[in-house]
Amino acid sequence: MTRGGLSRAGVLAVVLAVLPLALPQHWVVSMLVFTVMYAALASSWNLIGGFAGYPSLGHAAFFGFGAYTVALIFPNTHNLSNGLLPFAILPGIAVVAGLIGLPIGAIAMRTRADVFAIVTITLLFVAQTLALNLRSLTGGAQGAGVAVPPFDVANFERPFYYAMAVLLLVAMGAGWYSQRSKIGLSLAAVRADEDKARGIGVHVTGVKLLAFSVSVGITAMIGGVWAYYVDFVYPQFAFDPLITIGMVLMAFLGGRGTLWGPVIGAVVLVPAQQYLAYELGGSQLYLIAYALVFLLIMRFLPRGILPTLTHLRRRRRLIAAADPAPRTAAAELGLAHDGQGGARV
Amino acid sequence: MHTIIQGVILGILTGGVYALMAGGQTLIFGIMKVVNLAQGAMVILSAYLSYTLFTSAGIDPFLAVLITTPAMFCLGVAVQWLFLRQLRREDAAELSILVTFAIALAVEGVLSVVYSTSYRSINASYANTSFTVGGYQVSAVRLYAFLLSVGVLGLLYLLLHRTRFGRAVRATVQNPEAARLLGVEPARIRALGFGLGTATAAAAGSVFGLIYPFNAGSHYDLISQLLSVVVLGGLGSLGGAVVAGVIIGVSSSVVAVAWSPTWSQFTFFVVLLAVLLIRPRGLFGTVLRGAL
Repeated sequence: MTRGGLSRAGVLAVVLAVLPLALPQHWVVSMLVFTVMYAALASSWNLIGGFAGYPSLGHAAFFGFGAYTVALIFPNTHNLSNGLLPFAILPGIAVVAGLIGLPIGAIAMRTRADVFAIVTITLLFVAQTLALNLRSLTGGAQGAGVAVPPFDVANFERPFYYAMAVLLLVAMGAGWYSQRSKIGLSLAAVRADEDKARGIGVHVTGVKLLAFSVSVGITAMIGGVWAYYVDFVYPQFAFDPLITIGMVLMAFLGGRGTLWGPVIGAVVLVPAQQYLAYELGGSQLYLIAYALVFLLIMRFLPRGILPTLTHLRRRRRLIAAADPAPRTAAAELGLAHDGQGGARV
Repeated sequence: MHTIIQGVILGILTGGVYALMAGGQTLIFGIMKVVNLAQGAMVILSAYLSYTLFTSAGIDPFLAVLITTPAMFCLGVAVQWLFLRQLRREDAAELSILVTFAIALAVEGVLSVVYSTSYRSINASYANTSFTVGGYQVSAVRLYAFLLSVGVLGLLYLLLHRTRFGRAVRATVQNPEAARLLGVEPARIRALGFGLGTATAAAAGSVFGLIYPFNAGSHYDLISQLLSVVVLGGLGSLGGAVVAGVIIGVSSSVVAVAWSPTWSQFTFFVVLLAVLLIRPRGLFGTVLRGAL
């Protein structure tokens, strides 16, 4: 890890750890839970949608799978002696979701990105229909209750917040690893030109499946924590197209295919989303606002915040390098620019 | 056996309507290489339009087609012009999926604000009429809807194969660069093509409201069904969409009568997976470019 990367990771971990202690109000911590949840969701979506360029629209199916698994293993009749027990089964959920993802990914990624999007969005609605119709298992439209967490009321949100924070670090860690390793290079090659990548001997199918599997595994764990937090799962909220679009939107806003983009997107959008929900009340207006934000981003910032900033910085650097006579007052005073073009932003 | 044949008849009639909706979808893909996730929302929007025309002005849904189709054509052109036109070429396919998804959500949001989320249905005077042919029931609404679909698809075929505009569209589908060299304006064709695809959704939507109850969220079910039809037929193949529409219509309605209506919703997904496993380019899809 580079020193910059290490210090950034350290700062993130410390900020994540300290935030709920510094701002202990319930509504703030609750908002933090959702912000970190979406940051983690967007980061895990980014593994396949950003790095490999396969835009999945079906991640909410795995989110719902994780949520229902927790609801089925710890139903509300269950009396939890240890409140951390549901967190302990998360790795198991991740493995199962990842395994389920393998055949689905193998079929969906046989052809191209647009067919992949078709299969994944269809999967989402099939999963929702299953949750509605397998009544004996899922409780159908009535939903399923989750065991009540035996946590202290004063700091009720904290365990969920830290669980989400750990999952965010896992998702970012996977992203960081895949950027620096041969897997990441392979994914970048797949994204740029899959046929050429295959031609030069990249294990295209293997890396795509690995990325998809890890991505949906982390998503399922997040769904599990979410179900335990909200305490009740309904088909339309666990398998919500808005969850899919939320994670995609945040990854796009921040910059898909970058490590920090999804986090930035979540930090910008989730508080805005909670504010909108609070102001507009009804989820319908909220749907319109969401769609409009998405359309505006696609229209005016299709590359996302981070890549746009990088692009601007690089361009300024190029302009500065091409222009040997800088016009700044500092340059006139003889303080020549620093070889980098003085283009620090 | 009787119920199975009954199911087949029902499936063929319903499949015609699916063919119409999916025909617009596959046309848009052929011209623009865009998977239009808003197609289902456009169908539902049009169903609401003809619901309003029916309840407030008493206009029959089959006549309302004459109003909704041009209106939806304009909407389609506007959507393409505003949101899809400027997507950069290298990732246009990927981004357009998300843009059209956002459009679908926006339409859903607007509809649920205007009409609330309760289910609506258009109850025309002939809604419960049916004919008995050789012992089998044929519902009048579905028969008329089927005939309308066949008619509109026929018109679409004539438009594509007998007019100058249609020739320009087919040229753009087959080879955009060569079409451009021959004086076809791709930007104009794309906008008009998207409008045309949306207009066929409108025609289907007006009668969709007669057959099924719907609410703003119905487009989710619809879009996954339409996508299965389009993939089975082969992305970009109009003939394929028609054949696939009938195949899927028949198989899901046979599953519905022989097993249960609940599981018929999964027929689409099973067919989709089977197609991708056995023949990923669909029945009539070409490997390189769609052939209309």
